[in-house]
Amino acid sequence: MADTAAVLPKPLGSRTRALAWLQRYGVYASVLALLLFNVAFTPHFLEVANFRTQLIQVAPIVIVSLGMALVIGTEGIDLSVGSVMALSSAMVVLYLGYGAPVAIVAALVAGAIVGASGGALVAYAGVQPIVATLALLVGIRGLANVLVPQLTEFRNPTLITLGSRSVLGLPLVVIIAAVLTAVVAFVVKRTIFGRQLVAVGGNRAAAKLSGLPVRRILVTVYVLSGLLAAVAGVLATARLQASDPTSLGLLMELSAITAVVVGGTPLTGGRVRVLGTVMGALLIQLLQATLIKHNLPQSWTQMVQAVIILAAVYAARGRKK
Amino acid sequence: MTATVEAAAPAAPAKGERASQILQHHGALMVLAATVLIGAIAFDSFATPQNAANIAVSSSFIAIIAIGMTFVIISGGIDLSVGSSFVLAGVLAAYGSRYGVLVALLLPLAVCGTIGLVQGLLVARTGMAPFIVTLAGLLGMRGLMLAVSGEGANTYLVEDDAFASLGQASFLGLTVPVYITLGLFVLGAILLQRTGFGQSVYAIGGNEEAAALMGVPVARVKTLVYVISGLLAGLAGALNAARLSSGVTILGAGLELDVIAAVVIGGTLLTGGAGGLTGTMAGVLLLGVIQSLINQVGTLTSSFQQVVSGAFLALVVVVQRLLHRAQHLS
Amino acid sequence: MTDGPAPVLEARGISKGFPGVLALDGVSFRLAAGEVHALVGENGAGKSTLIKVLTGVHQPDRGELRLHGGQVSFGTPLEAQRAGISTIYQEVNLVPQMSVAHNLLLGREPRGRLGVIDASRLNALAADLVAGMGLRLDVRRPLRSLGMGAQQMVALARAVSIDARVVIMDEPTSALEPREVDTLFGVISDLRAQGIAVVYVSHRLEELYRICDRVTVLRDGRVAHTGPLGELERVKLIALMLGRDTTDVRLRGQTEFAGRHTAKNGQPVVEARALSRRHQLHDVSIRVRPGEVVGLGGLLGAGRSETAKAIAGALPFDGGAVVVAGHPVRKGSPSAAIRAGASLLPEDRKAEGIVPTMSVRDNIALAALPRLSRAGIVSEAKLDRVVATLMSRLRIKATSPHQKVSELSGGNQQKVLLARSLATGAKVLLLDEPTRGIDVGAKAEVQALIDELAAEGLGVLLISSDLEELVEGSDRVVVLRDGAVVGELSGDEVTEEAIMNAIAEGGGVDG
Repeated sequence: MADTAAVLPKPLGSRTRALAWLQRYGVYASVLALLLFNVAFTPHFLEVANFRTQLIQVAPIVIVSLGMALVIGTEGIDLSVGSVMALSSAMVVLYLGYGAPVAIVAALVAGAIVGASGGALVAYAGVQPIVATLALLVGIRGLANVLVPQLTEFRNPTLITLGSRSVLGLPLVVIIAAVLTAVVAFVVKRTIFGRQLVAVGGNRAAAKLSGLPVRRILVTVYVLSGLLAAVAGVLATARLQASDPTSLGLLMELSAITAVVVGGTPLTGGRVRVLGTVMGALLIQLLQATLIKHNLPQSWTQMVQAVIILAAVYAARGRKK
Repeated sequence: MTATVEAAAPAAPAKGERASQILQHHGALMVLAATVLIGAIAFDSFATPQNAANIAVSSSFIAIIAIGMTFVIISGGIDLSVGSSFVLAGVLAAYGSRYGVLVALLLPLAVCGTIGLVQGLLVARTGMAPFIVTLAGLLGMRGLMLAVSGEGANTYLVEDDAFASLGQASFLGLTVPVYITLGLFVLGAILLQRTGFGQSVYAIGGNEEAAALMGVPVARVKTLVYVISGLLAGLAGALNAARLSSGVTILGAGLELDVIAAVVIGGTLLTGGAGGLTGTMAGVLLLGVIQSLINQVGTLTSSFQQVVSGAFLALVVVVQRLLHRAQHLS
Repeated sequence: MTDGPAPVLEARGISKGFPGVLALDGVSFRLAAGEVHALVGENGAGKSTLIKVLTGVHQPDRGELRLHGGQVSFGTPLEAQRAGISTIYQEVNLVPQMSVAHNLLLGREPRGRLGVIDASRLNALAADLVAGMGLRLDVRRPLRSLGMGAQQMVALARAVSIDARVVIMDEPTSALEPREVDTLFGVISDLRAQGIAVVYVSHRLEELYRICDRVTVLRDGRVAHTGPLGELERVKLIALMLGRDTTDVRLRGQTEFAGRHTAKNGQPVVEARALSRRHQLHDVSIRVRPGEVVGLGGLLGAGRSETAKAIAGALPFDGGAVVVAGHPVRKGSPSAAIRAGASLLPEDRKAEGIVPTMSVRDNIALAALPRLSRAGIVSEAKLDRVVATLMSRLRIKATSPHQKVSELSGGNQQKVLLARSLATGAKVLLLDEPTRGIDVGAKAEVQALIDELAAEGLGVLLISSDLEELVEGSDRVVVLRDGAVVGELSGDEVTEEAIMNAIAEGGGVDG
């Protein structure tokens, strides 16, 4: 560890610098490029309706990715987010009889509890994050299916408002995503907790030595991730006016991880880029929309997304310490 | 400096250590035995040859994939792409069956093996985390599968009887895949326990740096385990297509999780370096038996299976961590 | 210098530099067959770089290696090993989960029919190997289940069985029980009898004198001395390692320390009472009063860092107590220690100090965030003020508070960590090698700062391997050896000679 060579900063090569730039700003450049491409080549792209659709579709991805960014900032990972969405959707159906507010609270509490379990496994039992949340991914999806075995439709005015109303021309779903983004950005930038979580990811030994409550921070981060995934689940359910725990949020963890990584948050932790994460989510959404509009099928999106993840991780590789 | 000294282990083996090792290696087998016993007592139709055959047949595909996954996990890695490989291979096998049994088998193996190779090279040569590489593999192969099957709209039917019989023909009440599984298990166990390659896999998972110092070709071995995993997932997918007589595009999502759960429940440490195929088989069978019990109860949906596997997985990793701590703290 | 038989391994005029440091400067080293050769030196002397050059981890910039008289160069550790040079590291470099037998014979397993490993022959062969070392253990057990000593023996057995002619042992006894040390020495004697050359790296003087024939002392990347060990007085050896001449204690004025501080009377600001921890600390008691700098002397591994860590809550201890400013502090809790007013500047800046992904500002504020915020929200204005004050007071050179800490020089990183400690409102600073690895200018500045802080009434516990720094900076010096206090010097007693004598003679407490 006391390797002298590693202690001294190496001069940055032009390739390293290019990779660093790509990691930091690549997502903005890509989003911009895609936008320009669409403006030039996609008919009806600049119409308001299209933008609305894009934003509505990206909102749940953004919300889940925010939580994922916090977890990844601590050098963790949360694979359970998609299943948490399904569980929160199931809770909404189960408790809708008591009114929409109760149903929503129940959904959020369920998400927080799942997050707390994952956090406890990671922080107190010392289980690797990937395994702990993998177990939750499997178990919670199953639980959601047990609770609500098939697609269940409902009509509830509050949820319709939540899912489909617009305020000042902006869909409520999008406003919620924007507000949550602002809140998470504030938490990361301005609160003790935000600084501490970044420090835990950046150098856990130093964080411990500086008296930070490392375990509590870890649990909180996973609780927030669960909570945000539950919010996304509630919004998706409200929009669909139906709960489908079998398919809701499937592979969401992939999209969220992609958004975070592409957005410049390294998997090795120690940094959280909130705006970059939102851009990452937008990039995935735009890419999908572009491919569809140009009659390239879903399969292309997934293959392209795979390449993007690898490229983003490759660019971020080994540049942390 | 302190870390070194803290690593000091007690000189004499702790009394509980033997017990904890037995639990680590044979825990799944013990729980399996107990579960079977409970099932036999609780349900008349459980302990029948027919039901045992059913469990064996339905577990065989996961078992084949789990053999490859065991190699990967012992080497300290993870392969999240096996579910996608499985489905992709099924579609490719069904598609290839129009050209005969050989193509039906070789096409999926070639494709899945190649993708395994690419993943292995990325993990071994670039130092990217296995989970992210294989996560990308999961996505990419799903995309490839959709592309091959006309966005999932085309379901290719198996058009070669010889190939179909690979999945369907049965002997002594068990279908061919069960025998293939047994054969692969024996081969895999020999490869893992009794060859230099197998020992290299353990060494890399246990202490990569030390393995390199002891002359193990680390990059090559790491690459190979992903090739093995890809090939076996491909084989399982092809056999499944033969069984179903078609390349079904919707199965297999989340299969990687069942496989990982089975391997981990079988006592293979996710941190690498320890574990084995006997445990993996016990883990696979345990999940199969639980599934069967859930079916016996009748009132429980099959989703209940997932809850149980998830809970089991969590329980097992926590127990493993506790055992680990018990072994490392004086 | 053409003494002794022809060398097995010889390094001639080896130089090795890293950006900013010349780790080895023309080092020559001869190792004869059948000798146990001690290689000693303090941190930064070049010991580990020399070992890494000998074992193929690093390639020398200048100079040559000769093995059995022929010139060789090793690209990788594996090449060195295949040429017959094996290294036994502190952390045993084997696979803990695998059985002893598999570890011993990995890559050379005996094959049976069909090319498959023959397990019973494997175990029999392995059993022979360990028996050849005079050991009795079950080779089927996982390596992990053995004690550290036995694991090291297995590593030795592997090295010898792959025909090592040179075995390099890096701090082999640091985690061993006395009984295990005896066994190890027995094995080393056997190796010597077989004509195998052993390079023995340790800072435990008793061990060196027990087992080693010759010694090479490295200091500042150069060979300070090489010759038979038996003829070398213990004090002389220490003086060579620390770069001091026993007959010529220089005048004061080499460091930036001004001289004695006026310690305020009254309660000690920190008091360690009979701290004990298995293998590491034995009844260590230390008290520091406000305005006083107490030095902690001793060689590497004497328990200095462990003592500081135990006080700072970063290392749990089995017995004893820590009292800060009159209040007992819960053990094993850094946050409790920080709240009470004790703050540690860790020895390993990189691993335990800086958070490389964060800015200078956030690094300074890290431990003090609760003081700098209201209702969980950081008060940026307050934080800016504290950071600005500390940055100018400690003269931290950064382009702005928002510069990444990883871009600063070592000296400035160290000042950032010092600022982190001060920001917590510490009453006592536990400084573990505060000037190691930083350039001369920064070193002088840090020393002057320590003086200033003490003058303002802070208590300071100063750990330093630089004797001059320790003598000139401290009002009192407590000397540790093998985890126990072996001497305490104050006032005019604090001299380099006295410290070296204390280290060499001890207070009758012999490890």
